[in-house]
Amino acid sequence: MKYVDEFRDAGIISGVAREIVRAADPSRLYRIMEVCGGHTHAIYRHGLRDVLPANIELVHGPGCPVCVLPTGRVDDGLAIAARENVILTCFGDMMRVPGTKGTPLELKARGADIRMVYSPLDALRIAASNPEKHVCFFAIGFETTAPSTALTILRAQELGVTNFSVFCNHVTIVPAMRAILDSPDMRIDGFVGPGHVSSITGCRPYEFIARDYGKPVVVSGFEPLDILESILLILRQLDAGEARVENQYKRIVPWEGNPPALMALARVFELRPYFEWRGLGFISQSALGLKSDFAGFDAEKLFNVPGVRVTDPRGAQCGEVLKGVLKPPQCKLFGTECNPEHPVGALMVSSEGACAAYYRYAMHASAVEA
Amino acid sequence: MCLAIPGQVVEIAQKEPLARVNVGGVTRNVNIGLLDDGAVAPGDWILIHVGFALSKIDEGQAQDQLRMLRAMGEDGLAIEEVRGYSFAEPSR
Amino acid sequence: MTVVQPVRKTPHFADTQIEMAHGAGGIASRRLVEGLIGSYLSNPILQTFADAATISINGSNVATTADGFVVKPLRFPGGSIGELAVNGTLNDLAVSAAKPIALMATLILEAGLPTSILESEVEAMAIAARKAGVCIVGGDTKVVEHGKADGMYVSTFGIGLVDARVTIDAASIRPGDRILLSGPIGAHGITILLARGELELEADLVSDTRPVWPFVSALMDRCASGVRWMRDPTRGGVATSLNELVRGTAYGVALYEECVPMHDAVRGACELLGLDPLHIANEGQFLAVVAAEYADAAVAAVRGITGGEEAVLIGEVRAEPKQRVVGINGYGGTRVIDMLVGDPLPRIC
Repeated sequence: MKYVDEFRDAGIISGVAREIVRAADPSRLYRIMEVCGGHTHAIYRHGLRDVLPANIELVHGPGCPVCVLPTGRVDDGLAIAARENVILTCFGDMMRVPGTKGTPLELKARGADIRMVYSPLDALRIAASNPEKHVCFFAIGFETTAPSTALTILRAQELGVTNFSVFCNHVTIVPAMRAILDSPDMRIDGFVGPGHVSSITGCRPYEFIARDYGKPVVVSGFEPLDILESILLILRQLDAGEARVENQYKRIVPWEGNPPALMALARVFELRPYFEWRGLGFISQSALGLKSDFAGFDAEKLFNVPGVRVTDPRGAQCGEVLKGVLKPPQCKLFGTECNPEHPVGALMVSSEGACAAYYRYAMHASAVEA
Repeated sequence: MCLAIPGQVVEIAQKEPLARVNVGGVTRNVNIGLLDDGAVAPGDWILIHVGFALSKIDEGQAQDQLRMLRAMGEDGLAIEEVRGYSFAEPSR
Repeated sequence: MTVVQPVRKTPHFADTQIEMAHGAGGIASRRLVEGLIGSYLSNPILQTFADAATISINGSNVATTADGFVVKPLRFPGGSIGELAVNGTLNDLAVSAAKPIALMATLILEAGLPTSILESEVEAMAIAARKAGVCIVGGDTKVVEHGKADGMYVSTFGIGLVDARVTIDAASIRPGDRILLSGPIGAHGITILLARGELELEADLVSDTRPVWPFVSALMDRCASGVRWMRDPTRGGVATSLNELVRGTAYGVALYEECVPMHDAVRGACELLGLDPLHIANEGQFLAVVAAEYADAAVAAVRGITGGEEAVLIGEVRAEPKQRVVGINGYGGTRVIDMLVGDPLPRIC
């Protein structure tokens, strides 16, 4: 596969890995955070920790939109699904996320009409084909995904579709990064920046990190070679005492971002005054809501969702893992009460959640405990 | 948050912002409404996420990057090889 | 030499209702079968949880197997439920080193199913059975109300004669044994996923449903005493089958990911949807663990049969890590390959 295979070339990867070993100061422990859950997943899937020297520690960041969604919002979405004549549509990532009464898959088994879609346009198509029902799309994702939701809403408006709505849970990445940076437990030396978010937002939004916090940020692609090169670039900046934003993912990310996408976002969405993030609490100006012009597509206005705050179960340390303060196995519930089959929190379910990645890919436990 | 995959544009629809895209042998219609009008043509490569194209892939940048990284690896090997000479067994 | 006998943990089944995951062939399925069904039906033959049960009748070892087919859609590129039912049952026998002798089939039909569809499926079953050289000697038919049975379900029973030259036993694997895979993975599962039409993807891909007996037979003719274990990696894929292998032993498996063959379209679909090809169902492939000294002969034997040209060695049994399947890539990166949890779901993140 072009633009995939070349960036997984074993020979080139080995070369870059050697360069990283050469560049890393053996007397120093580097803590590098990969912000995006997609990077967490890629690091584990491609076994990258095996080629990195032991003094580079990768800290998993909060960039997993499923993981940071509070249980209360999952419940709100499922409450919509429970209504008569409503079809709830969502991405595959959501289907196994536990709400208080069960996961979407479980509720589907009990009779709710919940359907998985690959694209928000598929949800719109279902609405057009089922005029007697209402189709609600459970929207999640950072700035990577929000423009697609925006275009879908605009298309719905264009077509005059009236039985379609969006339950909007789009969040923005910078406030989460700021929350990490301001956290007293934090000691991160540099950031592997979110490549696909940046294809929309460009690289400027991270300049404050270099300028005000003195940390390098390298906007990175998702193939093994991309991630390794980004780590190398961070090491080189640290070595030279520099802190700036660099774009490693030049083949995809324009420095100024994607203007049509940014315009679509500005047209359809506005920043909510505040939004709750699992583990990080309420963060102001961190999530998107539909503008009043699009109230007819806003599920929160059409349906009376419970809006109840649900705290994480006792013992669950989703927050600390999200902030990178704890590694997954350090959570008391990891592997015992909380595992991919029976997840307590979304970090164990989402394929890019730190806990799921750790559990699936890295558990080298020997004989299974009786 | 970011499963996005490169695909090659096979053809572009006339009236809607849609392109037929090939991803390693699998084809799908992809909405190109997030790209500027006329930005993509058949044969171009784009990045696909949830049925939308987010960006056009810059071939030149990709090749430059790979060339540089490949050279880095070879330089590295060359350095190690040269270092290795100083420990080489004396020739008979 | 001390042989470490691992304590087999019997999972307890605490779920209050049955979910789709329980039929996906992964961890949940295992818990249901071993934790609930097995706990009531407990007997030495059942407890082996092999693909086929071997029963001794007057000195002959007879393999028996039962299977259920609920595929949607009924017809798909490369096959249909009838063909799948016959091949799938025969394959359970084949990987138990049993020459298939006869089949029986129960058809559960939904009221309203067009006769033409039923007829096509019965014909498909007849053709598949004839191709495999076995007879469908009996069965049953039931009709359920409209809205149940997705058109039709097929439940089968198969019987075969175990080849005395081979002993299939996971406990007999040893470090150094090699793992043989008969051909490219993921074709069936991805074909079905695309055929459902929900993802709007198209590909030039067909199900790989076929009987594997000709390959197994050739393998046994050449290397009988070197074959330790076999399985057909259906629901849950190669990853689940290899995990099932090691769970009953004191060893682990190293899988060389670059060696695993797959069609471009399977790879493309999996990359696009965020699926792992190792978790995708196959209906015309088999895995075999073969003693190292027989490995090359084993590959040659399978490749020598038409349709087996892509047979390849994909890994080996290792002492560590115990009871784990570890994937190794081209630059030495490793990852633990786990059993499937529930149905593979496409992701966007």
